Amino acid sequence: MRKVLVVDDSASTRALVRAILEDASFSEAVGGCDVIEATSGFDAMRLLPRGPYDLIITDINMADINGLELIKFVRGSEHHKKTPLVIISTLAAKNDVGRGLALGANSYLTKPFTPEELCATCTKLFDGAA
Amino acid sequence: MAEHTGGGGGGGRESIDKAREEFFSEAQELVDGFGRDLLAIDELAKSGRNDPELVNDVFRAVHTLKGLSGLFGATLMTGLSHELEDVLDDLRLGRLDMTTGVVDLLFRSAELYGQILAAERGDRSMPEAEMKALLLALGQVTQRSGAGGASPVAQYELDPGLLGVLTEYEEHRLRTNIQAGVSLFRLHVTFALSTIDTALDELKAKARPLGEIITYLPTGSVGEGDVIDLEILMASHADGTVLQEALGAPHIRIEEVKRRIGMENPAMSLNSPPTMAKDFPLPVVWGEQGHSSHSSTPPPQAATGREQIIRTPPPPAIDKRDMSLRSVSQTVRVDIRKLDNLMNIVGELAIVRTAIARLSERAGHRPGAKDFSSELHRLHRSFERHLATMQSGILEVRMVPLGQAFDKLARIVRQISREHEKEVHLVITGAETEIDKLIVEELSDPLMHMIRNAIDHGIETRDERKNVGKPAVGTIALNAFQKGNQVVIEVEDDGRGMDPQRLIQTAVRRGLLTAEQANEITPREVLSLVFIPGFSTKEEANEVSGRGVGMDVVKTNIAKLGGVVDISSEVGIGTKMTVTLPITLAIISVLSVEIGGRAFAIPLASVEEAIVFNERDVRVIENREVMTQRGQTLPLCRLSRLFEIDTPEASVERASDGRKKFVVIASVGSRRLGFVVERLVGQQDIVIKALGKSLANVRGFAGATELGDQRVGLVLDVAALLEEVLVGDKDRVVIDVAGRTRESPEGRGDGRARTASR
Repeated sequence: MRKVLVVDDSASTRALVRAILEDASFSEAVGGCDVIEATSGFDAMRLLPRGPYDLIITDINMADINGLELIKFVRGSEHHKKTPLVIISTLAAKNDVGRGLALGANSYLTKPFTPEELCATCTKLFDGAA
Repeated sequence: MAEHTGGGGGGGRESIDKAREEFFSEAQELVDGFGRDLLAIDELAKSGRNDPELVNDVFRAVHTLKGLSGLFGATLMTGLSHELEDVLDDLRLGRLDMTTGVVDLLFRSAELYGQILAAERGDRSMPEAEMKALLLALGQVTQRSGAGGASPVAQYELDPGLLGVLTEYEEHRLRTNIQAGVSLFRLHVTFALSTIDTALDELKAKARPLGEIITYLPTGSVGEGDVIDLEILMASHADGTVLQEALGAPHIRIEEVKRRIGMENPAMSLNSPPTMAKDFPLPVVWGEQGHSSHSSTPPPQAATGREQIIRTPPPPAIDKRDMSLRSVSQTVRVDIRKLDNLMNIVGELAIVRTAIARLSERAGHRPGAKDFSSELHRLHRSFERHLATMQSGILEVRMVPLGQAFDKLARIVRQISREHEKEVHLVITGAETEIDKLIVEELSDPLMHMIRNAIDHGIETRDERKNVGKPAVGTIALNAFQKGNQVVIEVEDDGRGMDPQRLIQTAVRRGLLTAEQANEITPREVLSLVFIPGFSTKEEANEVSGRGVGMDVVKTNIAKLGGVVDISSEVGIGTKMTVTLPITLAIISVLSVEIGGRAFAIPLASVEEAIVFNERDVRVIENREVMTQRGQTLPLCRLSRLFEIDTPEASVERASDGRKKFVVIASVGSRRLGFVVERLVGQQDIVIKALGKSLANVRGFAGATELGDQRVGLVLDVAALLEEVLVGDKDRVVIDVAGRTRESPEGRGDGRARTASR
């Protein structure tokens, strides 16, 4: 069972990521997927101790604690510094993606992404971490 | 959690649909928020001010909409968001000024978003034309200068370790503040994770008047599980002691960040440890107590409140793991249909309750069943109490403030008044008045149309107004308030009012009224001429109010919600339209009555009182039966006659079993009518069931219901009956005209015409 933390202030993005990752075809391929949703940077921090997670997927442009700050925090924490991390962002925010990668994110996806893209990225990172 | 097997085999399609539903409601919320922010921005822009927070909120909303619409394949929305994002980016980064022209475009965009969303839901066609026009206009605004500004990092005097976690926008705000010579402060705060959202909101509210919070950086680790250390970067004009006074409970440590002019620090790498301590050299730390001799310090009682807010250690008794499991959001979004379903169940339970009450009553009359009866009675009472609580609980969940519909209207007023050179001030009172969610949703269109009408037909141009000595700016008042079980909404303008002579002339010209009828028409009837389909006092339909929708449609739509529209107007002073609506559609209290042994229910919301009927009081005026009640003339309606139910002619005054008859006085809006019935049975709460397709043409009934003793009763549509009887038999053609005004799109007029011509 893979445990994935999805951090996004948009409920529908979270629901979509959940739908894709928990869809039978993908889920079975990676041995089951459990998606946990965080609605903000702070919420993610609250949920981090529930880890370890196999993957963290985060938005960048969020109020209060933005995704970059979250990445920095995750990378600086003892328990999660090695957890694979994917940024979901819009194409326009190139600087933001660059900074996220510099802070230690492993990969990024730009909206809109296809289910295949999301699955491919996740599979790659699961394998790398395993 | 581990039991949650991924996807549950083949549920993919369903969960995608669910995500799509989520998209619609989220997008709608974003669009609504967009509109609200725009109104605030517009207000500020009028006085030449600008709130970067607001612009950023709008930007964030559009940014999110763009991402979402892309994910869910709403291409028109993606296109609009894309263009809009550029404009907003320029606005928030200060490359573009917030002129009225720009604000107009933003309002149009908000409108278009709504249309696209409706189209995505399948409620209308895609607004391709408006989309094209708007994109063109937006494109002209963003004359983006090639590079879009120099590289921010290069100009920076701050450390890359900090820059590394700032989003582009945050970085811009930081730079703007530095350029404006605003001082930077670093706030060290410790919050409990479980309560951080409220604590942070409080802090933000306090910080807002003093400056701008650039970013929040978590430091340390949440290994402890329940507290978090934050460093907040804030720009403020105030000096450190003032900040300490205003924000600082002892738990907040505030340092000023000294700027290093022209000093480079290339050694600082992006991978600096997750503390900002060395990003800002030479901090000046203010004392823990934050003493100050400033006279502009906040009142002492605020200090205690502040302490509660900032000091948020979790109660030690709570397991730390529980704390971390708690989620931020205390609210859930619920599909209104689920609430309808619950309400239906409450309705069924109400019927059960009534049946139990009768059972207990019957048992009471039996000799050996006294104990059983009182036991049953107690149970019934308890059942009744809990059911009432449950019912009001569900109703409360369905209630939303009318303000939801009003926000949209404020936008419309702004837009229309700009299009026509009429300046209009919209004054809203009672936006907090609550009403059923379903009603609010159906209310936007009729209200919007009434407001369009008020601006177009009511409010005069600036010059006309000045000539008659009115203020140049017209006023439209939108008032809402609760009145018993009803909500009243008034749309009142201070325009030219409706001229009865012109109304009559138009009606005659349109063939809606003969010359004779025109002579006999009463002042009240004159105003209701505007509700006749095809009536419009303007010669040609114009852009504002002439969209093929007349006041007749407004009336029909309001009637569908169980409400009525009344008009009053005075030439030269203004016009007031009053909409009276029930608070909820989900459940209604009725008075059950009997006519010729058959059960009927009259909605209690429109019942004023019931009095004993006395045949001697009946007088006939203009061919209509009336009686005088407290000095007022009350028209009567014998339901047995109207419905052609056989009652022995001999006993007009008494019912067939010799008991007295009653008059149930019903009123809707300002109209009153007395229904003559044979027996009052009692009051109960019911859920109305529709009559079904084959009976859809029958007028005068809102539906049917089970009245508890397994009897089915028809529920009277008081508004329809009232109008039917009051418009009355005295003038055939006017009846006909009125009949047409009530014709719904399904062509329900027939049944009504049949009863009315009797």
